[in-house]
This record gives sequence, structure tokens and C-alpha cells, in this order.
Amino acid sequence: MTEKPQARVENIDRDRGHYLLHQMLRIRRLEERCADLYAQTKIRGFLHLYIGEEAVAVGVIDALRDDDAVLGTYREHGHALMKGMSAESIMAEMYGNVEGCSMGRGGSMHLFSKEHRFFGGHAIVGAGLPPTVGLALADKMLGRDRVTVGFFGDGSVAEGEFHESMNLAALWQVPALFCCENNLYAMGTALDRHQSQPDLHLKAASYGIPSIQVDGMDVLAVSHAARRAVAAIRDGSGPQFIEFLTYRFRAHSMFDPELYRDKAEVEKWKERDPIKNLTTYLRERDLLTEQEYDELDQSARQEVERAVEFAEKGSLEPVEDLLRFVYSEPEEDR
Amino acid sequence: MTITYREALRTAIEEALRRDDRVFLMGEDVGYYGGTFAVSKGLVEEFGEDRIRDVPLSESGFVGAGIGAAMGGMRPIIEVMTVNFSLLALDQILNTAATMLHMSGGQFNVPVVIRMATGAGRQLGAQHSLSLENWYAHIPGLKVVVPATVDDARGMLWTALEDPDPVVLFEHAGLYNREGELTLDGEPVDLHRAAIRRAGTDISLITYGFHLFTCLDAAEELAQRGVDAEVVELRSLRPLDTETFIDSVRKTGRAVVVDDGWKTGGIGAEIGMQIVEEAFFHLDAPIRRVCRAEVPMPYAAHLEQAALPQVDDVVEAALHLVKPHV
Ligand SMILES: Cc1ncc(C[n+]2csc(CCOP(=O)(O)OP(=O)(O)O)c2C)c(N)n1
Ligand SMILES: [Mg+2]
Repeated sequence: MTEKPQARVENIDRDRGHYLLHQMLRIRRLEERCADLYAQTKIRGFLHLYIGEEAVAVGVIDALRDDDAVLGTYREHGHALMKGMSAESIMAEMYGNVEGCSMGRGGSMHLFSKEHRFFGGHAIVGAGLPPTVGLALADKMLGRDRVTVGFFGDGSVAEGEFHESMNLAALWQVPALFCCENNLYAMGTALDRHQSQPDLHLKAASYGIPSIQVDGMDVLAVSHAARRAVAAIRDGSGPQFIEFLTYRFRAHSMFDPELYRDKAEVEKWKERDPIKNLTTYLRERDLLTEQEYDELDQSARQEVERAVEFAEKGSLEPVEDLLRFVYSEPEEDR
Repeated sequence: MTITYREALRTAIEEALRRDDRVFLMGEDVGYYGGTFAVSKGLVEEFGEDRIRDVPLSESGFVGAGIGAAMGGMRPIIEVMTVNFSLLALDQILNTAATMLHMSGGQFNVPVVIRMATGAGRQLGAQHSLSLENWYAHIPGLKVVVPATVDDARGMLWTALEDPDPVVLFEHAGLYNREGELTLDGEPVDLHRAAIRRAGTDISLITYGFHLFTCLDAAEELAQRGVDAEVVELRSLRPLDTETFIDSVRKTGRAVVVDDGWKTGGIGAEIGMQIVEEAFFHLDAPIRRVCRAEVPMPYAAHLEQAALPQVDDVVEAALHLVKPHV
């Protein structure tokens, strides 16, 4: 039922290499800018950065169709961007603007887009899992060949909802892909201090779900594993589980003084930076010039600057609208 | 036609399953067991395991899955065995279902109906006798309805299923065997208006669910003592139809609120305060509450009955307000 970490298997061409690199750069630059804007108090509340983990969202969501569904946690900016939501709509949301993807009602932790079938943005640890099962169940009952992907951290594996959801998914054989982003910490608690069995994929395997562990710092390994899993799910073979071994380079949130881990450990993991990793791979094979890298990077930076400009020029929803969307509005009022 | 509350509910579920392919019933023992309260008896044989879906004991898991299925285009009826166990699913109901539409800026509504049994009176002890309707009524984003009559048991489910937002429907376990006269023929009922179940001029008895019948009995007894009581059945606890009970209190000048839950912070407190805010100068007497005693429910029958609102308690409270010196 379980396999060892996958070696890099995908043979890629120049275009695909550039594409994957560009996607990771888009997420990286967006979030670096978010950190600046947080320091300038343009963004408030909780802000959880995904920096270091980009290969996971990029490799997995790249394997999906537009009509597949994605649910994430509060660390979901990268997933939202990768699912096709614009940097503008994400940045505007963090500014609390009405042009934001959730009209300023969600913030960093609650990005949503019906158009892109991005179902949030769930900030109760583990709570996105039961709805992931349910969305997949709806597809199964309605005879649609869509896949639902749920992303969640190692921390949620300790929640009862994780186990309830794995059991339900396996019982009902729903078309869902469970992606565990094991970044070795749940806030400040290290994996071996919160899991009696730290090989997390074994837990899903115990429910009869095909489960593997994959190097989450290697976008090619992620992509390969995700494509295989998504194809199997779409063929009707039930749920799949992938544990991605990854690492967050930044603090848990902007409030975290990082007392629980050594700088040296962080530096060690930075040597495996997924962006550097892919860049080196492509350079070694003459698939990427320095100039091409700069162009991809520039394009990502420009996209982010446009998003910031958009948010800076944005508007606030009138306070009179405060009580909207507690209940659905009759069609004619919309 | 006379039918039981249970039969009315079953008819409603059956009709919904026939009317709309997206509807399915899920819950613990709804299938081959026939439903904890025998509401869904026979349905799995007729509609199959997919649409009458037995679930494992995973309240948070299956309620959350129902929420996801609703967002994915289905119209689930989720049965939580009783309100006591719904606490294990409270996070999904509150933090997912009730917040989703707002948090997503109006994009994702959750058209789900969550049914659960509530109430005490069967000597089931502290862990199986809760009435927590007020906990759910506290939550913006939910609608909370409490059918008491067979017409409402039959009609509210379909209206709830047509609602684009999450509706929690409470069924008092003491009502399942109660018979009533069905006057409607399956047409949808209005969900959110309170009903005057007995007109009167001297005092308003305001209640919901099971205690509609406590209050109707009390009103009969009061009538024999020359007091003409009006009985207001709320039907819905969120939204609360304040207009109907405020109008009633403006007319009678007196109110007793009868609530199956604990007094402190309960529905009765909310109703009383609404009256104070909206009809203070129409009051001829203080407001009284008849509620559950503030104690975990004891097993012994005499103690359990002493802890629950009784007809005599309502009569006494009403008489105290109408004839303070008697
Ligand atoms: C049910 C619940 N408990 C506690 C929290 C507070 N909290 C937010 S994130 C977090 C750690 C989660 O760790 P993990 O699942 O590994 O995700 P990561 O942050 O590492 O991506 C905690 C404890 C919460 N949001 N929800
Ligand atoms: Mg973690």
C-alpha cells in the first residue's frame, strides 16, 4: 500500500521546466511582497507564508483540470494563485478591499473563488477535510469525472476529523486526492513531538487508501506523483493520499518568534529550496540560461507589482453592506 | 387525516427523495436499522444505500461531508441522532456551514438540512437529555426551525430543502408518537412566521416545540380559572419572528416564556429581552420564564419531571402575573 519516496522521474523539456519554475516564482514573489506589506501594516491579521513549500502546490495543481476542486488551509495563497485566481484578487483581499476574491470578508486565510472552483481557505485545523470528502462524494453521486484535492498540514493528522475523513473517503471510494504538506512542524511543535507515528502516509494506508511519501522540495517528483494519483482517481479507483516532505522557511505566522527551531536547521533546508533545486536541474541540462531565469523572475515580480497597484487603488465596501451574505440574497436583489 | 409526527416526517423525507434526485438522507443508522426513532424505516429498501446512506460514528466527518456535498450540488438531509451528539459536529456547523457564504464574499452557499432529535423526559440521564436549541439559534448564518405540529413536521422539511442556506431542524423526541390532524396536503409551509395557536386576551404564553402542548394544556386550565391565555408558537428560533409575539404582548400586557432549555442565557432570556426592548410600556406585569432547572438531567423519574417545565408550572406563573394578590 505504501511506497518509498519517489526519485525524480519526469523527463522534462525546456517549456515545461520554465513553466514550473515560473509558477513557483510567482508564488514566492507574491508572498515576499506580502511580508513587506505586512511590515508596512498594509496587510493585517494573520499571515501565513508558504515560502519553501511552493513545489507542492505547483506540482499538484498543475496535474488538475479547471473543473477539479481544491481546498486548502490558511496557508493557501500559492494554491489559490496556482488554481488560476489572479494575484490582483488575492492581494486586494489581503488589503480588505471589496475587489478582493472574498470581497474583503475573508482575508489571507479565507481566499475563495467559485469561478476557479477554489473552495477556501479553511483556518480550523483539519476542518477542510470532511468537506473535501463531501465535494468528492457529490461528484461521484452525480456521475462527474472530477477530482477534489484537499491540502492540509501535518498538524491536522492529529485531529479526529482527519481520521473520520480518511475512513469515510475509503468507505465511499470518493474521487479525492489528499495532500499532506508535512513541513515537520505544527506551529512550534515538531512532528516527533505531536505524532506517535511520524510516517504520516501510513495512517492513510491503514484506512486502505493508496498512500505514498514524496519529496516535496522537488517539483518534478511532486508533479510525477500527482499526475499518477489524479489519473488513477479519475479512472474511478477511489481516493489517494500523498505525504509531501517539505519545510517552511519563514515563521509560522507573522507573530511567531521561532523559538522552537535552530537557524542552522532552517539554513540546511534552504539548501533544498525548490526554486534553486529546479533552476540547478535546468541549468545543468542547458535548459535555462541566466537571462531566461531573469525574464521569468521579472515577469513574476511585475505581476506582483501590478497586484499591489491594483490593491492600492482599491475601494472598501460600504459599511451599510456589513450584514450582507449572512444569508443568500434573493436572485433579483443580486 | 390523523397521523403521527413520525409518519409526517417520514412522508416529508419520502416526498423530497422523489421530487429531487439531488436529495439524499445520511446519518447514523438511518438505513438498515430504520432510524433511531424509526423515522426512515423502510426507506433504504426503496431508495437504496446511496440515497439512504448509513454513516459511521463520525459526527464531524459526516456532517462536514454533507456540507461539502451541498457545496458540490447535492441537497443532503443530514440526520444527527440527537442534539447531544451534535456537539461533536458543532465546529463544522458553526465554522464551516454558517460562515461559508459570508467568508467567501457571497460565493458559496451551503444548502444543507440538518435534522436532530432534542429534549428530555424519557429517563435517559444527563448525557442524552439536552435541549440546546438556543446554542444553534445564537449563530448568524444558520436558520433554526422547530416543528411541533404534524403539518409542520410534514411541510418544514421541503421548505428547508429549498432554502439556499443551512437549516437546522429540531425534533423533540417526545413528539414522535404524538398524533395530530394533517390539514395541509404536502404544500410548502412558511418557515419563519410564529403562529398564534390559541387566541386570548389576558396573557401571552410564548413557546416552541414540545411545550406548545404544555402551553395549550395550561391555557385550558387557565380558562377554567377565568384567565384567557394566548399561545404563541415560535416555530422558528432563527430568524425569530419578533413581530408576532410582540404584537401579542402589546395586546395582553403580560408574558410567560416557556423554554425547554436551561434558563441562564436561554431562548427565554432572548424573548424576554426583545419584549423589554420593544413593548416595555405595554407591560402590566413583569415577564416570567418557565425553563428547565439548572442541573444536569437526573435519571430518577420524579427528579426528571421536577426539572422540566410542567403544565402546573406554567399555570402558576401565569396566575401570579394575572392575579398577583391571589
Ligand atoms: C482546531 C485548531 N486548533 C488550533 C489552531 C491554531 N493553529 C493554527 S495553525 C496551527 C498549526 C497547524 O500545523 P499544520 O497542520 O502542520 O500546518 P502548517 O501551519 O504547518 O502548514 C495551529 C495549532 C487552529 N487554527 N485550529
Ligand atoms: Mg506543519
